[in-house]
Amino acid sequence: MNVSWDPLYLTFKLAVITNIFLLLISIPLGYWLAYSTSKFRYIVQALVSIPLVLPPTVLGFYLLVAFNPGNFVGKLLRSVFDVQLVFTFEGLVVASIIYSLPFMVNPIQSGFQGLSVSLSEASYILGKSKLRTIFKVLLPNMKPSLISGIVISFAHTIGEFGVILMIGGSIPGETRVASIAIYDEVEALNYDTANFYALILLVVTFLILLSVYLFNRKSLKAF
Amino acid sequence: MIMLNVKKELSSATGKISLDVDLNFRNGEFTTLYGKSGAGKTTLLRILAGLTEPDEGFIKVGSEVWYDCHKKLNLEPQSRKIGFVFQDYALFPNMSVRKNLEYALKSNQDKTLVEELLELVELEKISHRMPETLSGGQKQRVALARALVRQPQILLLDEPLSALDSEMRFKLQNELLKIHQRFGITTILVSHNMAEIFRLSNRVLIIDEGKILQDGIPSDIFVGKKISGKFRFEGEVIEIHQSDVIYILTIAVGNNIVKVISTAKEAEKVKIGNRVVIASKAFNPLLMSANYNQ
Repeated sequence: MNVSWDPLYLTFKLAVITNIFLLLISIPLGYWLAYSTSKFRYIVQALVSIPLVLPPTVLGFYLLVAFNPGNFVGKLLRSVFDVQLVFTFEGLVVASIIYSLPFMVNPIQSGFQGLSVSLSEASYILGKSKLRTIFKVLLPNMKPSLISGIVISFAHTIGEFGVILMIGGSIPGETRVASIAIYDEVEALNYDTANFYALILLVVTFLILLSVYLFNRKSLKAF
Repeated sequence: MIMLNVKKELSSATGKISLDVDLNFRNGEFTTLYGKSGAGKTTLLRILAGLTEPDEGFIKVGSEVWYDCHKKLNLEPQSRKIGFVFQDYALFPNMSVRKNLEYALKSNQDKTLVEELLELVELEKISHRMPETLSGGQKQRVALARALVRQPQILLLDEPLSALDSEMRFKLQNELLKIHQRFGITTILVSHNMAEIFRLSNRVLIIDEGKILQDGIPSDIFVGKKISGKFRFEGEVIEIHQSDVIYILTIAVGNNIVKVISTAKEAEKVKIGNRVVIASKAFNPLLMSANYNQ
């Protein structure tokens, strides 16, 4: 059996980095979606939720086309940020953020919506800014939503396959995450190696989900 | 002096009403807003606090303009010196009693005021507890103390005592009186409770469908010229019992049950469940201490 820890390492590195970015994006986005009265919020909500229903290959296909260095977006990314997102780890991160976005935004949004409006109003009347209110009052009182968002996006990123295959391919040490490695090994009839990766993913994701359900029984109501 | 002259269209359960008031409040005055639900009482408090924007008008507190529709000026709630006690208290569940109060401090403000307020509302012993472990009366006191930390010019109380039993109500009314005497803050209370209004306020505003119907001292408004030397109570008939030639009616008046005699003629007209008025001349009543607190 010829196993390498690289695919597993890559998978968890991808999930951690993706999660950090998702949190940074989803807190302001979830707040805006929860409180905005703008008509655009429905459009934004629909865009955020697309990965819930679209086949991952469709998303991966359009990202591949968009990030192609020969196209406008790809050229722009290359000239301004000096990054290439096709067949690179950075590309996987960007694709994963888009792909897992609804799994982070939805629980955070419903967390904000579940809090009594008088909490933020009381904070404003006590002279505190909106930002301070978010960090000191709102977020600490919606921990179950935050935890469920973090854990589910983490598990979801670990389980990605279609998007990664389209935009990342299977470059060892760069884009060959565990789910891709399993597919490759099965194709090569190396069932033992495939089983090694698969079992670890199975056990880890099961333990993550179990811990959420145990510690935080109400938190998954968002789904 | 607070000058409040605002208009706002409201949609309530009974349809659209237009809130339209022109009021002045003297400094240190304790005013009660009295009226049916949906009459615009809470909206009026929210407009003063800057949580709801009126359609037009102006608000001036002392020499400061808080709202002026012509100048497009609308001071944010953070900049208005307001204390607000919400109906649901709005205590921050993630903070202890003391932290709830300390949160309200300005960045360079001395913490001794927090201690002072905790002592004033008798919360020092439970200052480490979290809001969810407190009783309704305790929550109410925390909310009140928190509202005072910023040393507001105006204290707005949105039915803060409505969810409490009568004993607790009485205790907290005393607390409100104590605080009003101590700090002399201009206070506006929303209340439906007659006894409360008489005990606390020196002015009452009756509001209906967004308009002020009456404005005056409580005894003038609620008693007025109706004083007649009579006791008059309204109650519900719960039992009719014949005893020889007379009837004995058992009537529930508020929380009390009374038995009164009636003639056959009177008793014929009432059925169990009817609402009736019992009236009696009060020439020689017995007055005894009721010891409300015990």
